[in-house]
Amino acid sequence: MSEMIPTRDGFGNELVKLGKENDKIVVLSGDMEDATRAEYFRDAFPDRFYNLGIAEQDVVGTAAGLSSLGFIPFACSFAVFMTNRAYDMIRLDICYNNSNVKIVCSHAGVTVGEDGASAQCLEDLAIMRVLPNIQVICPADAIEAAKATRAMTGITGPVYMRTSRAPFPVITRESDPFEIGRAVVVRPGGDVTLIACGLMVYESLRAADILRKDGIEARVVNMHTIKPIDIEAIQTAARETGAIVTAEEHQVSGGLGSAVAEVAARFCPVPIEMIGVPDTFGESGTPQELLMKYHLRDTDIAAAAQKALQRKKA
Amino acid sequence: MTTKCEDINVLKTKAVAYRKKVLQIIHAAGSGHPGGSLSAVEIFIALYHYKMAHRPDNPRWEDRDRCIVSKGHCSPVTYVTLADCGYFPESELLRFRKFGSPLQGHVHIRVPGVEFNTGSLGHGLSVANGIALGAKMLKKKIKTYCILGDGEIQEGSVWEAAMTAAHHKLDNLCAIVDYNKVQENGRTNDIKNLEPLPAKWASFGWQVVEVDGHDFHDLLCALDQFDTVSDKPYVILAHTVKGKGVSFMEGKSQWHGKAPKEDQLKAALAELDGIKTN
Repeated sequence: MSEMIPTRDGFGNELVKLGKENDKIVVLSGDMEDATRAEYFRDAFPDRFYNLGIAEQDVVGTAAGLSSLGFIPFACSFAVFMTNRAYDMIRLDICYNNSNVKIVCSHAGVTVGEDGASAQCLEDLAIMRVLPNIQVICPADAIEAAKATRAMTGITGPVYMRTSRAPFPVITRESDPFEIGRAVVVRPGGDVTLIACGLMVYESLRAADILRKDGIEARVVNMHTIKPIDIEAIQTAARETGAIVTAEEHQVSGGLGSAVAEVAARFCPVPIEMIGVPDTFGESGTPQELLMKYHLRDTDIAAAAQKALQRKKA
Repeated sequence: MTTKCEDINVLKTKAVAYRKKVLQIIHAAGSGHPGGSLSAVEIFIALYHYKMAHRPDNPRWEDRDRCIVSKGHCSPVTYVTLADCGYFPESELLRFRKFGSPLQGHVHIRVPGVEFNTGSLGHGLSVANGIALGAKMLKKKIKTYCILGDGEIQEGSVWEAAMTAAHHKLDNLCAIVDYNKVQENGRTNDIKNLEPLPAKWASFGWQVVEVDGHDFHDLLCALDQFDTVSDKPYVILAHTVKGKGVSFMEGKSQWHGKAPKEDQLKAALAELDGIKTN
């Protein structure tokens, strides 16, 4: 069994390391530094940390102002409050102004669990990726979240990353390469490709095990960057396997699945099945109960792969 | 070059010229927002020709004072001011709102001298806070000014920012409310009452001063008083008249966002030419 760590922890720990290396990094929180793990930075660098209170719009605007003086602000809150409540500020202050601000938010997906639908962000990937200038990341595990945190600090311009409250199995290694916009094939296979982000990469690996029992070799692609999407990886998957399943802990519309389908429709049409939350809100429950209810498990992905394979043969 | 002018008569002459230019460029564009530009003319002149440290020959001078134009629809007066300061040639003004021009419909950083893209209301004060906070962290003497509309402060985000500025004692921040009493669809205090406005800002922890926003003596004194404030942000509530200087526009919400036609422009310019500056 893999070690279980929330991706927010990977972010919080790496941000402290980066804070030591770069005194331009400042962190702004909407009173969510405990939940987002920005508190690690607060404790290490109290002079470069501001809790601006429960005021996400203000957090985003203030971050933009700081960035204009050469700071690299990280703006942190729950994904749902930041991306939904402060959307106009992200659009104008961050994206339209092309501000060098990194928005990193926890509590994405149904695995938020018991807090229920109001806190479970299921639309952030969709509404962030339609904004010009911003890059959108959903890491598969804590190690990848740390690498993404470092990578986004190294580029100039807006970045959004979602992290999880729930512990995710650690499935990548420290030595694995990470590059924003470059998908990773985490398991080879020639019959069908499972393209996933976040926790769904792990579920897809398990789905590939299930499929192997039926003699199906599934390729698993970790599409940690939703924008810019790795067009080449999608084209290669379509060409070499002829069928795709996308899987995300997000509304089935507008997120990873849509981004993959947009590429496939234009460049390499193949049957695509999509795993995601089907146009509904979440609810209270344990992460496992909710993953089961919303059909976000390995068995669901394997079943979708069978469907895609049938369409491929038809 | 740092601009500084203390001769009030010179500033008054500028105000007339600015109003004419504002109307001319909106007329040439065929659209734009005259009302809230005409009300803010003296505010812009007081900032850019008297108070702010800035260098039109070096727009990105790192120690310049910053002005965030939160009411981004008053792009006409913003651009007229910046052109007059020498940030770009006056001839560019006639390309306002035209395809391919940097002079976008709402205030835009492609125009030299502009600090931040605005246009959606209720954004600027948080951005100004960020600059003020950053200036303190860098131990720089930069002052940050933020020009807000009165209708704009119906946006809740303004009050989030107002709390932040006071909490962090941003005494290097000066907000100026262009209190022209009129918004797009009527009188501000009929639509959503702002009063008691001075008490609101004061209760949020700001040092408040009220001035006649068309009186240079008042405005310059208020701006100088900003330098003496400590441990608090400072707000100037500038009582102004929407459409100031053109009788058929004054106080009329219909002139919030409409271009004057040829005959209306002619009448407005004639009226402005009749104004005595002494």
